[in-house]
Amino acid sequence: MTRVTPGIVVIALAIAAFLLAFLVVPVVTVVYTAFSNAEGGFTLAHLRAFAEISLMRESFANSLYVAAMTVLFASLLAVPLAYLTVRFRFRGAVVIHTLGVLPLIMPAFVGAAAMQLLFGRSGSLNLILNDAFGFTVPLMEGLNGVIFVETLHYFPFVLLNLAASLANIDTSMEEAGQNLGSSGVRLFRKIVFPLALPGYIAGASLVFIKVFDDLGTPLVLNVTNMLAPQAYLRVTSIGLEDPIGYVICVILVLFSIAAMGGSWWFVQRRDFAIQTRGGVSAPRRRLTPWQAVLAYGWISAVMLLVLSPHLGILLLSLSKVWSFTVFPEQFTLAHFATVFEDSTRMIWNTFLYCGLAALLDVVLGTAIAYLVLRTQLPGRQLLDHMVTVALAMPGLVLGIGYLRTFRGVDLPLIGPLTASWLIFVLAYAVRRLPFALRSCMAALSQVHVSLEEAAENLGASRWHTVMRVVVPLMMGGILAGFVTSFVTAAGEISETILLTSRESLAPMSYGIYLYMQSIAGRGPGAALGVIAVVLIGLGTWFSHRIVASRSPHDVPGEKT
Amino acid sequence: MSPSRIAFAAALLVPALALADTVTVVTSFPKELTAAYKKAYEAKHPGDKLEILNKNTAAGIAYVREQPAGSRPEVFWASAPDAFEVLASAKLLQKVDGGNPAIPDKVGSYPINDPDGLYKGQALAGYGIMWNTRYMAANKLPLPKEWADLAKPVYFSHVAISSPSRSGTTHLTVETILQGEGWMNGWAQLLAISGNSAAITERSFGVPDGVSNGQFGVGLVIDFFGLAAKNSGMPVDFVYPSVTAIVPANIALVAGAKSPDGGKRFIQFALSEEGQLLLLQKEISRLPVMPTIYGKAPAGYPNPFSGSIQAKVNFDSDLSESRYYVVVSLFDQMVTFRHKELAQATNAIWDAEKRLGGKASPQLEEARKLVFTPVVDDRQIADKALLALFKADKKDETASRQKAKVEEEWAAKAKANYARAVELANSAK
Repeated sequence: MTRVTPGIVVIALAIAAFLLAFLVVPVVTVVYTAFSNAEGGFTLAHLRAFAEISLMRESFANSLYVAAMTVLFASLLAVPLAYLTVRFRFRGAVVIHTLGVLPLIMPAFVGAAAMQLLFGRSGSLNLILNDAFGFTVPLMEGLNGVIFVETLHYFPFVLLNLAASLANIDTSMEEAGQNLGSSGVRLFRKIVFPLALPGYIAGASLVFIKVFDDLGTPLVLNVTNMLAPQAYLRVTSIGLEDPIGYVICVILVLFSIAAMGGSWWFVQRRDFAIQTRGGVSAPRRRLTPWQAVLAYGWISAVMLLVLSPHLGILLLSLSKVWSFTVFPEQFTLAHFATVFEDSTRMIWNTFLYCGLAALLDVVLGTAIAYLVLRTQLPGRQLLDHMVTVALAMPGLVLGIGYLRTFRGVDLPLIGPLTASWLIFVLAYAVRRLPFALRSCMAALSQVHVSLEEAAENLGASRWHTVMRVVVPLMMGGILAGFVTSFVTAAGEISETILLTSRESLAPMSYGIYLYMQSIAGRGPGAALGVIAVVLIGLGTWFSHRIVASRSPHDVPGEKT
Repeated sequence: MSPSRIAFAAALLVPALALADTVTVVTSFPKELTAAYKKAYEAKHPGDKLEILNKNTAAGIAYVREQPAGSRPEVFWASAPDAFEVLASAKLLQKVDGGNPAIPDKVGSYPINDPDGLYKGQALAGYGIMWNTRYMAANKLPLPKEWADLAKPVYFSHVAISSPSRSGTTHLTVETILQGEGWMNGWAQLLAISGNSAAITERSFGVPDGVSNGQFGVGLVIDFFGLAAKNSGMPVDFVYPSVTAIVPANIALVAGAKSPDGGKRFIQFALSEEGQLLLLQKEISRLPVMPTIYGKAPAGYPNPFSGSIQAKVNFDSDLSESRYYVVVSLFDQMVTFRHKELAQATNAIWDAEKRLGGKASPQLEEARKLVFTPVVDDRQIADKALLALFKADKKDETASRQKAKVEEEWAAKAKANYARAVELANSAK
């Protein structure tokens, strides 16, 4: 720990000012607008108006229902998979890890369009079913469709968190249970699952928040009686003056914070500590033949489902005519040509916005990590907490907050802020900052402070030490943070739809949405979607490589 | 670099900058159309940059209204004439002189250009029915000719329509039916068609897209959606019913725009022969306002000037504008937000009809009346107070509360009617 210098204070204040301006103030503005009347006084009239509109009550109920059902179905998919990977010895583990990543690289609203063609009213599946058995399944109708699409997209959150949690359980607990005569489902229910609960709760609450706030998927599926689409419709068609839109935003924020806070509280409340940990990793059991059949069957079924949007979007991007047939009948590369002719600008915009946002994130993340872990600045934890709040901020709310707060702000060279490229960079950066910060914190905590002390003993200044010693040693974590920020921003749609004021400013995600809205345009939209998926997939693979290459024994600082 | 050289370089740069106008166009038209115009226009005026803002009509109006004078977009370009009336009455449009003398004043009896000169017709549009030929064959559905056909039981769950609150062209379709069939009959038809619908799509594109890929069998669409899909090789067909109107899609210069001269240049281009010819491209397939262009169109291209489209309805845009907000809200409260209940009630009625086999039944009659009667009747819609309430300023709190109350009453009544109708139809003997 080093002393506090004026330079440190200035940097801390600058970061605080940034967070205040682009996170706190916009959100406070939204809340203020929801609870103030024309004269600026406090009023509950808008909230009452909201409660009096039956459509709003219905939307609220629908959003809750969809979020809860998605958590349920995501758990049904993820829990068996997580248990399989951690407790059994078999070759499927790699497959399951792939399963955990594949859905996340495809933005949910892109997958939604493809899934309509596969599972919709006249989708491939229903055409086959109708031909063979004379009935169809309404998988994609109304709220069902939203639940289906979101489940496939978000179940990895439960899978990854739960698998990590299961891997940490000491097997002596299970053995103790077995010695006392418990086995099978009972053992899982009484011993294993409760011990893995923190991971499950963390994953499930994340799924809940994401689904509750999602705008793109319901819009693509023509479902409007949910909260996020209602807020969007009201703000775009009635205008920024409509108070009901803000009331919806407040509800979205409250639920997000409640879900996150609730999961945190739940984990804190109970003692999940396990005495021995580390060397005793669970011995993996062999699968009996019957178990193997079940396990591989389940994995293949899930794999098929998970891959279907990817396959669908690829087919769509290559199909000339795909209408009322199981598969497209004619193939073409023309859609990719259209995209490269018309929309290279959008691809470039995505690189520009997401690159700058990710850069901003790692710079801020590194600075905050340093302030929190390496200085004794009073109130430094506050920065960390402020960033964490951003995790619970729906993109829609931040977008509306920006439009409202920065309306009429004119910057030299850039022009009106809300109609400029800068607004995307800021919005993307603020919402991804928590991911980048976690990476940077983890990286910095693995750098031993003695290295910095050595540098300073040799006469290096603080700045010099940070730039020449700390940052190079943190580089793996910083890169991983950069890539995470970049790929999550590239697939973002909620705030993008709101903030796009001109087509030339639009990033790829908006382009996909726009193309999907035109008659002959599903093809180019899908082509752009394929490009986005490849881009995000490569980025994710790259960041996994970076993280994997930093195995614990070569953590710098411990070697010396 | 010496100061004089810098001055010279600056002098070279300045005129180039001054000439380069960015022309921002707010439009609800699909990307195929805007991309073609952008390419052609920028090739013709290399100094200008055309910037497209794709928004649905309602969002486009809200956007123009919220920009301060001086930084507004230059051009507003959309199908719905009412949208231009709304903008004109808010003094957001500016008169453009000139235009193309080869464009006539009227199509049928409908004026192509705004009599006050605030907006000009740029293309013509009719409304009609589009269907997926494979879907129709697979489900053994008869091919529809008139709106009334779609209100028949055989089309249950095969139709798609958008909502007028989200799509300006759907509003025109709805208003055309209301004007052509009369308020009560028109709603009866609209409610039955909506009850037969599988979905009320969020944007008007949702209908042709869903029909093209076979999600829906039949859809109510603006003509170019159907024609463009057909001409791009989709297995679809399109027909104009007799109760249709030919209405111009307009283009206008926004008052208080950043570079009005650039805006005028683009409008001039869109109205010129070159601009009109672009409309014939097969993925655009719109009807030009310049009659001579049809000479260059492929055989079988519909021509509103030659009488190849029978447009029975003389669209009254003043009437349409006066009740715009009521019609839009009424549709949402009775149909969009209550679609599930409406479809259930419609289904129950069709089931009962089939079960009774044409036998008269007071319960069934009552059920039909409950479902296919608008909650606002023809006397109420003429009420000036109601129309005024829906046009009131959104900042007027008492008015918005009052309006919300009225809407809530409609919603509650519609919901109760549909529920009662299901009971009646199920018990009909």
